[in-house]
Amino acid sequence: MSVLVVAEHDETGIQPATRHTIAAACELNTDTHLLLAGKGDIESASRIEGVVKVLVASDEQYNHALAENLAPLVVKLACDYSHVLAPATTFGKNVLPRVAALLDVAQISDIVRILSADTFVRPIYAGNALATVQSLDPIKVITVRTTAFKAVSAEGGSATIEAVEVTKASNLSSFLRQELSKSERPELTSARIIISGGRGMQNGENFKLLEEIADRLGAAIGASRAAVDAGFVPNDYQVGQTGKIVAPDLYIAVGISGAIQHLAGMKDSKVIVAINKDEEAPIFQVADYGLVEDLFKALPALAEELDKVL
Amino acid sequence: MKALVAVKRVIDYNVRIRVKADNTGVETANTKMSMNPFDEIAVEEAVRLKEDGIVTEIVVATIGIPKCQETLRTALAMGADHAILVETEADMEPLAVAKILKVLVEKKEIDLVLAGKQAIDDDSNQTGQMLAALLGWPQGTFASNVAIKDGKAEIVREVDGGLETISLTLPAIITTDLRLNEPRYASLPNIMKAKQKPLDIVKAEELGIDVGSRLKLLKVEEPTKREAGTKVESVTELVEKLKNEAGALG
Repeated sequence: MSVLVVAEHDETGIQPATRHTIAAACELNTDTHLLLAGKGDIESASRIEGVVKVLVASDEQYNHALAENLAPLVVKLACDYSHVLAPATTFGKNVLPRVAALLDVAQISDIVRILSADTFVRPIYAGNALATVQSLDPIKVITVRTTAFKAVSAEGGSATIEAVEVTKASNLSSFLRQELSKSERPELTSARIIISGGRGMQNGENFKLLEEIADRLGAAIGASRAAVDAGFVPNDYQVGQTGKIVAPDLYIAVGISGAIQHLAGMKDSKVIVAINKDEEAPIFQVADYGLVEDLFKALPALAEELDKVL
Repeated sequence: MKALVAVKRVIDYNVRIRVKADNTGVETANTKMSMNPFDEIAVEEAVRLKEDGIVTEIVVATIGIPKCQETLRTALAMGADHAILVETEADMEPLAVAKILKVLVEKKEIDLVLAGKQAIDDDSNQTGQMLAALLGWPQGTFASNVAIKDGKAEIVREVDGGLETISLTLPAIITTDLRLNEPRYASLPNIMKAKQKPLDIVKAEELGIDVGSRLKLLKVEEPTKREAGTKVESVTELVEKLKNEAGALG
């Protein structure tokens, strides 16, 4: 049977998380279909590597991916599939459990490995343990940890396009507005380099020091929960168990002590650098390179040093 | 308006967990247990809605072993009025939990359900959404602000790109995110008072619903540990190592 991937997309295009999810789908089966619900870029969707068919449900009730409208559509399509996948982002986490319950099947959250068509590995306890679970359900409804699967290319596919019948709008919920952070920098979950600040940054103003470095490295800027809770930066900066899960090539943690819940969000990064004046900070236990120094001295020096070598 | 708050007893968030030697799960014996932190936020929000005159009665419920009564007493001390323990020895999956909660919602004529967005043990992040599906109610997940007026709930949601505001018809389900509120500490007089509040116990099997497992847990393992690397003496050495040793600067 084929695999259905529910695309995360908006007016800016198809989110990279979708291509990571397609990669997982292709591990399961070569017949991967992509559902594009609401106003979307059908043309781009059909060119994604590995996608055989794009299912289009272009009705405005699906814009903004309200779970009450989107879930019945996915449920209606699901009976033709062995697996239904979505990225484990706030989009997928919102919609897929609703789909699973309507199908009367379990949902498997945040898989990081596929062992067979019905057996998966997923982190529990903030990634401090890995559970291997086998699904006994006829349809497997799964959210995929995007950092665990290398994204397929945005080009190279030539999928057929098929319109699907839309479902009746629920009228239970409506979208009012959104405040999305605008940034010229790469998006956290797809950035190659990330520099994050913690409580040690002392205030939001001081994040400028991180921007100086980020500008030089083309890096995204993240934050620990402590920094977000203290109001230094908005919630979408948060890296951790309940924030974003990232795995860049280089992660620079500045003024971050390294609470378990923060480590859960970044410990799969290839190279980790920690800058902290407290040499006992737990972040040093996972850092490849640790620098014990006051960040207000280290960051300007780092900017200068980078100018010399880049 | 009558509110139900669903809570879960989990290993305390400060405890470093241990995987059992036989790989069947995580050690919970002799481990400090607490209310799931996200559920505490849900209890707090319900209490605030009651203080604002929107909610008239708060029912708090959990599913699990007799010891879960402690978690319910905590919620009662924070301000819930009435508690229900659905007693079982089984480890319930989110779908089964949602089915049980649905029975409670119908029995107690609930108009609003609040729950944490995820439990910090299995990190599933499913139960609220599943309950909403089973009841045919709208869902406001990952809420960082809740405003209820004119028969609607306006929810600010923490999404990956920032914040999103949606409007839900009532009855509805709200799952709470970290920054919705800061839960209060129960005062000693309230802890004493909570001991007198009603706490009903029902057996899960008496509810007559299918709560069987849909997933087989094959094993639980520790992830590969990341080794601590080296300390560098200066920013110059750091940049040199990143460039030449790690090749991380492009």
